[in-house]
Amino acid sequence: MTPLLAVDVAWGWIVAIKTLVVLSIIPAGALILGYVFLLKMMSHMQSRLGPMDPGGFHGWFQLIGDGIKFIQKEDIIPEQADRRVFMAAPVVVLISTFLLYIVVPAGPRLVVSDLQMGVFYALAVSSLSVIGILMAGWGSANKYALLGALRAAAQLIAYELPLVLAVVGVVIQAGSMSLQDIVHFQQDGSLFGWSGIGFPLIFTQILGFLIFLIAAQAELTQTPFDMPVAESELVAGYMVEYTGFRFLFFFMGEFGTAFAFAGIAATLFLGGWSIPHVHGTMADVLGPIVLFVKIMLVSFLIFWVRFTYPRFREDQLQALAWKYLIPLSLLNILATGIFKVVL
Amino acid sequence: MTDAEDIPIVEPEPEPEPEPMPETAARLLAQLEKELKDGIIEAAHTFGDLVVRVAPEAWRKAAEVARDKLECDYLSFVSGIDWMPAPKVGGDEAGGDTSAPVQPTETTYGVAGSDGRFQVFARVQSTTRHHGLTLKVDVDEAAFSLSSWVPVYPGADWHERETWEMFGIDFDGHPGMRHLYLPAEFEGHPLRKDFPLLSREIKPWPGLVDVEPMPGEEPSEEGGTGQGGGGE
Amino acid sequence: MTVDFRTEALMQKHLADARINVELETEGMVLNLGPQHPATHGTLRVVVKLDGERVVSADPVIGYMHRGYEKLTEFRTYPQITTLINRIDWLSSFANEVPFIHAAEALMGVEAPPRAEYIRTILTELSRIATFVLFLGEMALQVGAITPAFYGFRDREHVLNLIEAATGGRFHPNFNRIGGLKIDLPSGWIDDCRRVMKKIFDSVDEFEELVVGNEIFEVRTRGVGVIPPGVGAGYGVSGSNLRASGVDWDLRRDGQPYLVYRDLDWKVWTHPDGDSFARYWVRMQETRESARMVVQMLDGLPAGPVMAKVPRIIKVPEGEVWINTENPLGEMGYYLFSKGATGPFRCKIRSASFSNVSILPWLLKGVYVPDIITILASLYFILGDIDR
Repeated sequence: MTPLLAVDVAWGWIVAIKTLVVLSIIPAGALILGYVFLLKMMSHMQSRLGPMDPGGFHGWFQLIGDGIKFIQKEDIIPEQADRRVFMAAPVVVLISTFLLYIVVPAGPRLVVSDLQMGVFYALAVSSLSVIGILMAGWGSANKYALLGALRAAAQLIAYELPLVLAVVGVVIQAGSMSLQDIVHFQQDGSLFGWSGIGFPLIFTQILGFLIFLIAAQAELTQTPFDMPVAESELVAGYMVEYTGFRFLFFFMGEFGTAFAFAGIAATLFLGGWSIPHVHGTMADVLGPIVLFVKIMLVSFLIFWVRFTYPRFREDQLQALAWKYLIPLSLLNILATGIFKVVL
Repeated sequence: MTDAEDIPIVEPEPEPEPEPMPETAARLLAQLEKELKDGIIEAAHTFGDLVVRVAPEAWRKAAEVARDKLECDYLSFVSGIDWMPAPKVGGDEAGGDTSAPVQPTETTYGVAGSDGRFQVFARVQSTTRHHGLTLKVDVDEAAFSLSSWVPVYPGADWHERETWEMFGIDFDGHPGMRHLYLPAEFEGHPLRKDFPLLSREIKPWPGLVDVEPMPGEEPSEEGGTGQGGGGE
Repeated sequence: MTVDFRTEALMQKHLADARINVELETEGMVLNLGPQHPATHGTLRVVVKLDGERVVSADPVIGYMHRGYEKLTEFRTYPQITTLINRIDWLSSFANEVPFIHAAEALMGVEAPPRAEYIRTILTELSRIATFVLFLGEMALQVGAITPAFYGFRDREHVLNLIEAATGGRFHPNFNRIGGLKIDLPSGWIDDCRRVMKKIFDSVDEFEELVVGNEIFEVRTRGVGVIPPGVGAGYGVSGSNLRASGVDWDLRRDGQPYLVYRDLDWKVWTHPDGDSFARYWVRMQETRESARMVVQMLDGLPAGPVMAKVPRIIKVPEGEVWINTENPLGEMGYYLFSKGATGPFRCKIRSASFSNVSILPWLLKGVYVPDIITILASLYFILGDIDR
């Protein structure tokens, strides 16, 4: 019997609840991000209104309606396609998104599984989506989808390295790879002796934070790194042959992963669910709300850059990763290590 | 209806003194004459622009002279003209197309004259000296071809393709003559005067309204009264 | 020969592999851009042969929108033709009418009154601003930034409202008549115009900050699609494209005098580089310059009639004339042959985008695939102008 929120619940129930929560967070997170940023924020930045009618108040029902529309569409699979690979690809992408949520904590006891190697696990699992993309491109039996998938794979693999290296500085400072430990480190720490806001690692790891955001932008194939998807000559890249609910899976995967990456960034650099000096059950209640607010802030940055910047060409993209981001993140690790030993 | 007496006919009265050629045009003409010598058949000017008719053999040399000696580095266009008066639309019967302007039935040629029905004319300009000239050349209907300007002005490629497509004039030395605007299977050369404007052949002006009879009704005898004019 | 099922399976597998190897050949792959395509402004088809990421050869296929204007002009009266030629370059339709009307007026010996010439110039410059402000937003869209496109459309709306107030039509004003204009400007239009010009100055500053100042935009456009001035002139590339290659040639200042440009104080902008960035930059500066010109003209607008005395049925005497003007897209010209009838004998329409696009086979050799889109966007052609 594990105490959860001062109520004794059987282990089986806990697993069931956690599964349900994770399963529902992905569409919910995707919906919220999609509506707030993709539909509304983008529209207001472009001096227009966005959806206003569906559901009455500023069109909040738009994306849900879109989801229903996608589900009831005909499931078209190209004749030459490799059926099993084609059908499995969106599922693989979604699975990697699900697996990401397992380690992100929303409160001192609200985490699906607080792994000792949380950070390592999260980054490893996020690269599973590359396999899904390659499967999508291959299984579509479409030359252009394959080219788009190869480009996407090259981009994602190139930007995995800065993503991982940017986080190493955090791990060195916090002294642990477990996400809960990192959050506790930030909650209980102090800035120049003042413990008012704890010690969010963004202050010392600002370079790491920026590199993480850039690399996350590339991992999500958002502008300015959306050459694989927004190819002006290849329409939709590797997703071109997908329709209906399979396309919905890709869409949910993209925004769900964005939600998850924002969550990881918030946890690693902004302090996650923690408010200093708030412990116990209060933290369990306020934690998700605080985490949600921080996720919104990070997502705001991600989407703001998405709507403003033009996109990189493929070779410029790769040059940025290999020639600039990786050396910078190595420097960051070096500096962090030196300061940790010296101070 | 048309007023036949309003169409200006060439009056048999003494020609007024031709206006003197503007200075720039005279200078360009002098340089051209020096280089082309016999190649120039006739020269004139219209509204300040020099128009020179050259011999067909001197067509490409004229382009080279224009580009090198006259510093006309900019090609504006190359096109053709068919001097034959257009046949009356809808045949010679009374009626026909009453909307098109009635052109004179006599064949007259423009500034700098012409030896035959078809001419090719081109305009080149100078971006540095800010002058330009129009070059015309007669195309012999028997050997319906000219030398191409593509080695001199690369932009002439598309212009010559269009001229061939619209008039049928061949260009020697053109890299790959094929249709530009029209589909590959198109027959005929549209801008020739004997190629009819098909839309008016199919549906004469004023257009008749196609009235679909109600089910069970007889098809109506009369057409509409000039309502359907939109189909062009 | 018969084989057992194991060998058969092995043979099938080898055949399938061989098929895939052929399929995946990336050398000599032919890519078809268009005719329906988000990146080309209209129905332009570019057949591109690729070697991996680089273009080996490019062949534009045009004519999907060919309406046969030159043939049509031989069967229409002069007032009817003004309606037609509005639709050649539909983004700046007023500017298309001007050279044709001038050609007819030259042959007739009619001069439009000064007020008409001023208003014609103002409306031409307004069309130039409308076209260019859309370009500023929409080239950024082709390069990947979605937001500036909306700003471009929004600012274009301000100018279109002005044109609609004056002429009655946003896209196809059909306002010119031989001898002047249809009617005079409505009251209050001049103040509205001044207000809109202020907005245009602000929005061009916004574009400068948002797009030109963006490092990614610079990296995508600098050095991409360089047109050397000699090659450009040989192909007939004109307008801002040629000025972006450093050629100091503007028909408003250097050609035959037309409209009131000689009375105004303005500057011709050039850029030495000749790449896509230069073309964007030159058009941006020209937008500001046009706004300045409009303000000057509003201050100095003469009073008087807007229409000269012309007969009711227009018959243009025999003759031929070539009139070319600096349209937003480049040099537009009409070679008008008249035989004294109510319609022309032959009207050769020289449109700017036709020549601008003819340089593509030369220009696209050896560029990367994403750069094709950047180059197409920076040349700024309109299909109606290419296909007539």
